[in-house]
Order: sequence, then structure tokens, then C-alpha cells
Amino acid sequence: MSRLTPAEEKARLRWQCRRGLLELDFILAEFLEQHYDDLSDALQQQFVCLLEQSDPDLQRWLISAELTDFLELREVIGLIRRL
Amino acid sequence: MKTVQFDALIIGAGGAGMNAALQLADAQLQVAVVSKVFPTRSHTVAAQGGVNAALGNVMADKWHWHMFDTVKGSDYLGDQDAIEHMCREAIPTVYELEHNGVPFSRLDNGKIYQRPFGGQSQEFGGKQAARTCAAADRTGHAILHSLYQQNIRAKTHFFDEYFAVDLIRDEEGFILGVLALEIATGEPILIESKATLIATGGGGQVYRTTSNAHINTGDGMAMALRAGIPLQDMEFFQFHPTGIAGKGMLITEGVRGEGGYLINSEGERFMERYASMAKDLASRDVVSRAIVTEINEGRGCGPNKDHVLLKVDHLGEEVVAKRLPSIRESSRIFAGIDPVEEPIPVFPTAHYMMGGIPTDRFARVVMPLGEEQDEQNAVIPGLYAAGECACASVHGANRLGGNSLLDILVFGRLAGKDIIDYVKNNPEHRPLNQASVDRALYRLNRWELPPEGEALSVNELRCELQKLMEDHAGVFRSEEVMQKGVLKLQALRKKLAQVRLQHRGKVFNTARIEALELENLFDIGMAIAVAAANRKESRGAHARPDYPKRDDQNWMKHSLYFQQGDRLSYKAVRSTPLSVESFPPKERIY
Ligand SMILES: Cc1cc2nc3c(=O)[nH]c(=O)nc-3n(C[C@H](O)[C@H](O)[C@H](O)COP(=O)(O)OP(=O)(O)OC[C@H]3O[C@@H](n4cnc5c(N)ncnc54)[C@H](O)[C@@H]3O)c2cc1C
Repeated sequence: MSRLTPAEEKARLRWQCRRGLLELDFILAEFLEQHYDDLSDALQQQFVCLLEQSDPDLQRWLISAELTDFLELREVIGLIRRL
Repeated sequence: MKTVQFDALIIGAGGAGMNAALQLADAQLQVAVVSKVFPTRSHTVAAQGGVNAALGNVMADKWHWHMFDTVKGSDYLGDQDAIEHMCREAIPTVYELEHNGVPFSRLDNGKIYQRPFGGQSQEFGGKQAARTCAAADRTGHAILHSLYQQNIRAKTHFFDEYFAVDLIRDEEGFILGVLALEIATGEPILIESKATLIATGGGGQVYRTTSNAHINTGDGMAMALRAGIPLQDMEFFQFHPTGIAGKGMLITEGVRGEGGYLINSEGERFMERYASMAKDLASRDVVSRAIVTEINEGRGCGPNKDHVLLKVDHLGEEVVAKRLPSIRESSRIFAGIDPVEEPIPVFPTAHYMMGGIPTDRFARVVMPLGEEQDEQNAVIPGLYAAGECACASVHGANRLGGNSLLDILVFGRLAGKDIIDYVKNNPEHRPLNQASVDRALYRLNRWELPPEGEALSVNELRCELQKLMEDHAGVFRSEEVMQKGVLKLQALRKKLAQVRLQHRGKVFNTARIEALELENLFDIGMAIAVAAANRKESRGAHARPDYPKRDDQNWMKHSLYFQQGDRLSYKAVRSTPLSVESFPPKERIY
């Protein structure tokens, strides 16, 4: 597929925020709409990578506050949990 | 338009769809699975509680007791042939999953651990049974993950992030495949198939307070309606008694299985009054109704007296942390309290649709072709439905916890097996019906035509619909409230014609998907409201203050809603099991 424009990329992420768990729908979509645009490139990339993880993992990290082994995701997870 | 052909098409990649696909791919058929989200993000992932099977690992159990509980739980609206079939198949199904790598929690002796859930009994209504098998609190994910891996191995062709728009159908009523939209590009694709399985899951998003994820918009059921197929028993929508008040997220029944209980504003453990034996583990409809009754009679909690409390703190931090870890954090994030210290505010949340696309016990879609008894269940050749979108009917008027994962796995598998035979006997694709394709394409594109009058947004209309459904087709249902609901809904549905997209891009245009989903929500909302307003009795999840009793004389029958003219008809419940004696209707006391 050809490269996406920033608006298209955000639209893509919006669909990636559609999950199997209502809890994640809420947390992820809210973060995307309210904070994603203000993030640094590095954090935006962390968020993109976060969305590729499985629902139970996201649930563990974002809801159950378990620490991820994924060092490179810790910052964005911490941010989502604080906001 | 891009067109592809497969032996079998499965719409939906939840537990039902993927278990069917696996049978087919393993039998060397060319099988396509279409899913609007990546398969392991299907809603099955949310099922944390577990799956029922009478393994008898923790205490004595038999499939026949499981069958009794399911028939009783269904308030005698379930078809007893299908229920017997499911309860017997439960045992090999769970062992097959174990074999496929699902990591079930175990007892010290190495056998699968089983926890008690609401509505489970020994000896046909005796002591509490323990029948639910779980993989810690991620059963649904473990199942999806294993099935996905197995399907990849078996070379199932996945169309990930494709949205099914409408079934393609010929004049004789044969289903020829589906028109789908590739979400990434906005391009339509025609997928032709010899046999088609609808496995698109439920539609809780039709209500404002729901435990269902945003993807649960009843798409497959609405597609069936538009193809002229009725929906069965849509008035029966299960409200889970314990959703986080004001939000909808579920607090699993497992909490009460582990010893949590409900209290009202006076601190009273009120379920003792409603169900002296089972108390807080009574069937879901019984508990939901009790909660709303407490609130209606002024014993609700909080400043608005609009919820009750679920007490867990007496279990101690250790038990909560070990057995119910995700519940604790969920309560912190979405209710702002720590259940180890404070009780959780809860309210019934729209959770599960018992109704759906009518099928027989082989998951073949059936519909009436005439008024005679033997014409009531005519099979639509080559069309199947399984999972929450289908109605076999094993849950009747009320589903028991842990029986839904069972339903999707058992009937998904059976659908796969039946399709193998069907394709063997019907090896050719039927000729395409262009008129049907054109209708589906119109539906896809019409959101961009110039509006007649003021253009409305999807969001606005969806909120209105969800509120209307909650107010007029929710937990308590009186004649006046529901009749008004039907009229309001018919009026609101007209506004759908004015909805236009605010954004017209092609790439990942989620606005277009949401518009299509909204139309589907209207279609199933109408089915629910019409069927509910017309059933003049209380049975299972359908509770009416003006007709408080079950009326077996007049209403032990399934409803069928047809979209054209918002018409209803009815058909008999199948009360004769396959090999055992029928369980005659009795009053349900827990
Ligand atoms: C919070 C929660 C907890 C639950 N816990 C339990 C439990 O412990 N035990 C139990 O037995 N049951 C439980 N249930 C019920 C159970 O999870 C569901 O009934 C079941 O998972 C439904 O499975 P399914 O295969 O029918 O559909 P789903 O898993 O919902 O899958 C539907 C599939 O269809 C696809 N799809 C839908 N529409 C379209 C479209 N238009 N185009 C393309 N693809 C489409 C989706 O992408 C998805 O792949 C729970 C439900 C909830 C909400």
C-alpha cells in the first residue's frame, strides 16, 4: 500500500482502537482523540506499536497496571495510565 | 469490481467463525474468513468467565443435569433437541480445546479447575454445581488465539479488516456470497461462495449501557433481515446484573461465585428475599430484575439512588488479588473506587442477545415457508449461522453464564461439518445475481448522495437510538412504554435517510463504517422493540409488570420478526429432546 497521509494514518489508528473489550475501546479512543496529536514522534510511534499488541496484554498493562517487559512501550503506557 | 470465489465463506472471526473455518480448512476446502477487525480482537476475547461442560472435576456432574439447568434457565423457551445436543457435545468440545492448546486453569490433581456460576445445579435443581472451565481470566483470548493459530496452519484465507455490507442473493433465495468493503482502501469486493456462515456476534451497542465492545453492532443479523430472513426471539436481551454503573463494563459473575454479594442503600443483602436458595448466584434475569426493583422502590444507592452495591471487601485483599485481579483495577479506573475497601456501584448492563438468525441444531438457517407445522423450519440451502448472531435455540428466554462460549464453539464446529457435506453435494457456484449486487452497492454509496433537507450526523442519531432503546426496551417493560417506543423508533428510523458522511475519504474512513453500523443497529433495534411490545407475558429476560407471569398456554412459542412491514409471526418450541424425556415447564424458583 502507498504511504498514508497524516490524516489517513490517524484514521487507520482510529480503526485499530476498535477492540474486543469495551474498556479498551474507551481508553484507547479517548487517548487517540485527545492526546495523540500533541505527542512527540517517538511517543506516537510507541502508541502505534502498542495498538499492535493483544487485548489481554493491553488490559494487563493499561488496566491491571502490570509492568510490561516491552521496555520501549513503558513510557506511553505510563502516560495513558496517568491521563 | 474485484471478485473472488471460495468454497465456503465465513463472515466473522470470533469463536464461532474460527471453529467453523478450522473444520473446513482441515477438510481441504477453500475457505474465506471475513472480519471487520483483526480476528483476535473479536469480542470473544472479552469472555473471561469461562465455558460450561459437565466434566465433574470439582464435584459430581452430568450432561443431563447441565441440560436440565439450561432448559430451566431458558424459561422453557429453548429447543430441547438443540440443548441436549449442546450439553452432550460440551464435554468433547472442551477436551478438544485443551488438546488444541488452550491453557485451562487446573486443580492440584492436574484436572481442569471448574468454578460455580449462576444457574448451575446438581441432581436436577439440587445443590450448586461447579461446571465452568476457565483459562485464568482470559478464557476467550486463549480460545481465539489457539483457533487463529490452527487456522493459519490449516491455510484458511483471512480477509482482515473487511466490512461485510450485504448478502448477495438470487431470486430463488440462495445466498451467493457477500459484498464487502476493504476498510483500508474503501474498495468494494465481491466474495462468491457455495456456502456461507454468518458468525458476526451480538449487538449490545443498540443500548446505551452495555458490556459489549463498539464492534458489536449486529451486522450479520441486519444483513439477514435485509435478505428477507426473519430474526427469532429478539425480545430476549439479557441484561447482566452487574455492570459498572453509568459505564456498562462488566463485573463478572465470577465475583459472586467467589463470594461477593449485592447490598441496597440499607446495607441489606437483598437477594436473600428474591432467591432464598441461590441468592446472589440466581439466574441473571432474576438478579437484574431484583436490582431494578430495589432502585424503583427507593432503595438505590448514591446521590441519585440509581444503582446498588456489590460487596467484595469481606473476601480480603489476597483473594481479590489472586482470583479477581482485573476486577480490582477496572473498578479503580472506571468507577473510581478500590473494591478491597469499598463496594462497587453496579447497574444492569445490556449484555447478551438470546435471539438471532433462526437455525436448526446443525446451524442451518431455517425459516417458515408456510403456515403448516412441517413448513415452519424450512432449511435455506447453503446458509448457516452460529454464535451470538444465531438462535438455535439453546438459550431460549435467558442464557446461563458460561453457556455462550459453549454455544459458539459447538455450533461453529457443527456448521463447519455440515458445510463440508453441503459443498460436496453442491460443487458448483450458482450464477451471480447482478440486481442483488447493485442493491448492496447502492447501500454502500448512498451516504454520499446530496441530502434531502438537513444532513444528520451518525453520532447524534446513534445516541438517540441507544437512549430510546434503553428507555423503551430495557429491563422493565410495560405496554405503554413499549408501544410508545415502537412508534418513536419508527419515526427515528426515517431520519436515517438524512444521515450523511462528514468525511468522504476512502482510506480507513471509519465514518462510513459507523454509518453502515448505525443502519444495522436500527434494523435490530426495531426487531427487539416490535417483538418485545407484542409478547404479553413475562418469561426469562422479558419481564413485564403488566403481565407478571409466564403464560405457557399462549406464549410458549418463538417469535419471528420480518423486516418488511415490521411483521411478526410465531413458531412452536421444540420440546422433544433427542434421547431423554422432555422437561415439562415448571415455575422457575432459585
Ligand atoms: C464482557 C463479556 C464477557 C463475557 N463472558 C462470557 C463468559 O465468561 N462465558 C461465556 O460463555 N460467554 C461470555 N460472554 C458472551 C460471549 O463472549 C459472546 O457471546 C461470544 O464470544 C460471541 O462469539 P461469536 O463468535 O458469536 O462472535 P464475536 O466473538 O463477537 O465475533 C464476531 C466476529 O464477526 C466479525 N464481524 C461482525 N460484523 C462484521 C461485518 N459487518 N463484517 C465483517 N466482520 C464482521 C467481527 O470482526 C468478529 O470477528 C461475554 C460477553 C461479554 C460482553
